[in-house]
Amino acid sequence: MLKKKECVVMLLAGGQGSRLYALTKKTAKPSVPFGGKYRIIDFPLSNCINSGLDTVGVLTQYQPLVLNDYIGNGLPWDLDRTFGGVKILPPYQGYSGADWYKGTANAIWQNMEFINRYEAEYVLILSGDHIYKMDYAKMLKAHKKTGADCTIAVIDVPIEEASRFGIMSTNEDGSIYKFSEKPKNPDSTKASMGIYIFTKSKLESYLRADAADPNSSNDFGKNIIPAMLAAGERMMAYSFEGYWKDVGTIASLWEANMDILGDPPVFSLHDEAWRIYSRQEAAAPQYISADAIVKNSSMTAGCEIEGTVINSVLGSGVKVEKGAVVEDSVLFSDVTVKAGATVRYSILDSNVTVGANATVGEAKGNGVEIAVIGADCVVAEGATVPAGAMISED
Amino acid sequence: MNVAGLIFSNIHDRGIPEMTRKRTMASIPFGCRYRLIDFPLSNMVNADINTVGVVTHYNYQSLLDHIGTGKDWDLARRSGGIKILPPYIAAYENNVAGKLYSNRLEALIGAENFINRCKADYFVLSDCDVLMNIDLKDVIDTHVQSGAHITMVTKRVNAAERANEYDVDAVEIADDGRILSVSRQLPESGECDINTNILVLSRGEILAIISDSLRKGYTSFATDVLAKNVKEKNFRAYRYEGYYSHIGTLESYFASSMKLLTEEARHGLFGIKNRQIYTKIRNSAPTQYGANAVVKNSLIADGCVVEGTVENSIIFRGVKVGKGCVVRNSILLQDTSIGENVQLNCVITDKNAMVKDGRMLSGHESMPFFIGKGMIV
Repeated sequence: MLKKKECVVMLLAGGQGSRLYALTKKTAKPSVPFGGKYRIIDFPLSNCINSGLDTVGVLTQYQPLVLNDYIGNGLPWDLDRTFGGVKILPPYQGYSGADWYKGTANAIWQNMEFINRYEAEYVLILSGDHIYKMDYAKMLKAHKKTGADCTIAVIDVPIEEASRFGIMSTNEDGSIYKFSEKPKNPDSTKASMGIYIFTKSKLESYLRADAADPNSSNDFGKNIIPAMLAAGERMMAYSFEGYWKDVGTIASLWEANMDILGDPPVFSLHDEAWRIYSRQEAAAPQYISADAIVKNSSMTAGCEIEGTVINSVLGSGVKVEKGAVVEDSVLFSDVTVKAGATVRYSILDSNVTVGANATVGEAKGNGVEIAVIGADCVVAEGATVPAGAMISED
Repeated sequence: MNVAGLIFSNIHDRGIPEMTRKRTMASIPFGCRYRLIDFPLSNMVNADINTVGVVTHYNYQSLLDHIGTGKDWDLARRSGGIKILPPYIAAYENNVAGKLYSNRLEALIGAENFINRCKADYFVLSDCDVLMNIDLKDVIDTHVQSGAHITMVTKRVNAAERANEYDVDAVEIADDGRILSVSRQLPESGECDINTNILVLSRGEILAIISDSLRKGYTSFATDVLAKNVKEKNFRAYRYEGYYSHIGTLESYFASSMKLLTEEARHGLFGIKNRQIYTKIRNSAPTQYGANAVVKNSLIADGCVVEGTVENSIIFRGVKVGKGCVVRNSILLQDTSIGENVQLNCVITDKNAMVKDGRMLSGHESMPFFIGKGMIV
């Protein structure tokens, strides 16, 4: 017997994140590490539990191994529940055939049964691509209060950047009258955050119609939202204020990591009232030796620092040997920087080894690009990896 | 072969009253993120011991909090798992003046029910006052092969270092590993072998000890069970050669903590492959170092914010060290908050302690300055 849930969350986590190149070669974008001990998906998952939403379906497709393993039974987020909890929803083979998820809308359509099992009245749709802290309960309250069929979270963006986003044009009461995907001449600065709340009955009927249309690309932004607007359904914008960052590119991922540093940081992870949860291991505490220099940086369990670390974010188990320098960089877990090596303005994926006296990247400055080294790569002793390099194999 | 563990959480409390006033020996925080019970418990889990009883006595709220369901040690099991054994009610009946479980034997008698009910063929007994990462599988195998009545893990130590402590048993070991004598009298100088209180014995042996004790009114495990029977019974030593450190007093707590700054201790305790030390996972953010932070030779947990200078120190989870501070040779337990321009030397702050701006406090290695749980200076 399942308990009824007022609102079920569907988290779209199938994206490849191809603009992260080497970092998403072996893993889907939502499982890309962030901020030393998190993965991108920790943010929407923690937001869910902090908002009191305890039933979450995670839709996976691209390279799901790391993600499946990471989410497991949902314990770190308190989502290992007898009633509800987190469930991984991969594409499956059904009576009438087997299909990959053809688009975001199709992924939800194929899992309507999951939503209906809980007799949900509302469905919250999220993506696993953003770093932010948001109370979805407030958005759900607004959705119910306005009697909307669909509420879309929007954030104010600078007008010059508006053409990169899906832009909502709204009336004074917040109702949406126009939606334009990446408009050349935007007439509003309200960008869609890809966070939707649907009244379930409406969602189901539009998904059904969409599934029957062979010409549809089965996408929320391209098909479902425009169709609902055209039919005159009640569509509301919900304005969100606060930190929200798409980490879909190397540069934005680096910037978002740097945002957790500083005094006070642009984006604080030390917020007791809105904690971000992650799956953690019982590694030994971090050790900083007598010769080390550590400034304006963030690091976590298992790190052993004997060299210099400045303006950097280090994952668990990172070793920086004597005389090595790490500056303006993001190092994922278990990276080793051997003695005398230099890493500047770079992102190093898990388990990378930088050989002794090797040089990776170049000091941050005008026109200098971020160097990226993919998981498990070894940079030979004394070798040089130039700025902007994108290395995924030795 | 089915083996169960039995951990005594309170036995050595009186040696370190400062830290056990509001907790058990087992739940004394140690090494940035651990509590003392994590060491015996992880040793057992790493030897595939899946049934563990924890004998409690008093003050065990903090221990219950720490253990929870046992999930963090993979001991949340349908069959077996971790069982907290609260004081057995019958113990109160024989108890005058609140002397509940005054010794190991009484505690063992209190655990009889647990011993009877679990299906183990062998039991590993351990206290919570030693820091070691030991391969208990090897100890158990050695015990089974030797056919000993009891196998005791022993460690060779400098006798003078342990002279001030309660409850230390010196053991005399023959070349073939047989224990010749057990005594409370340590030699005045030189090295000696001591009992680490990690014991392996069969179910039959442990039940016999309990019934003997009840029948004959034994009061001490060391003298009545071990010392008196050492001639007739086959008690054998397992000489442990790995990293060992012991906590018996506040002074040795300080010294054992500071030893963690050596590579020998860190690798001996935390660096052994497939033998991790597990602890309760607390969801903390990574530790953040400010632009003016200076950190040297220190061990630091997650969830801290360090803006000042920290040298030769052990910093637990969620500690804040403000701007302009100089913290040297100190141990700051979880959620300690140090204001700005504070100077500390040889200070131990217990949980949630607070030192306000501009204070200067100093102790000495032999007598660290101790600030109690939640105290404000």
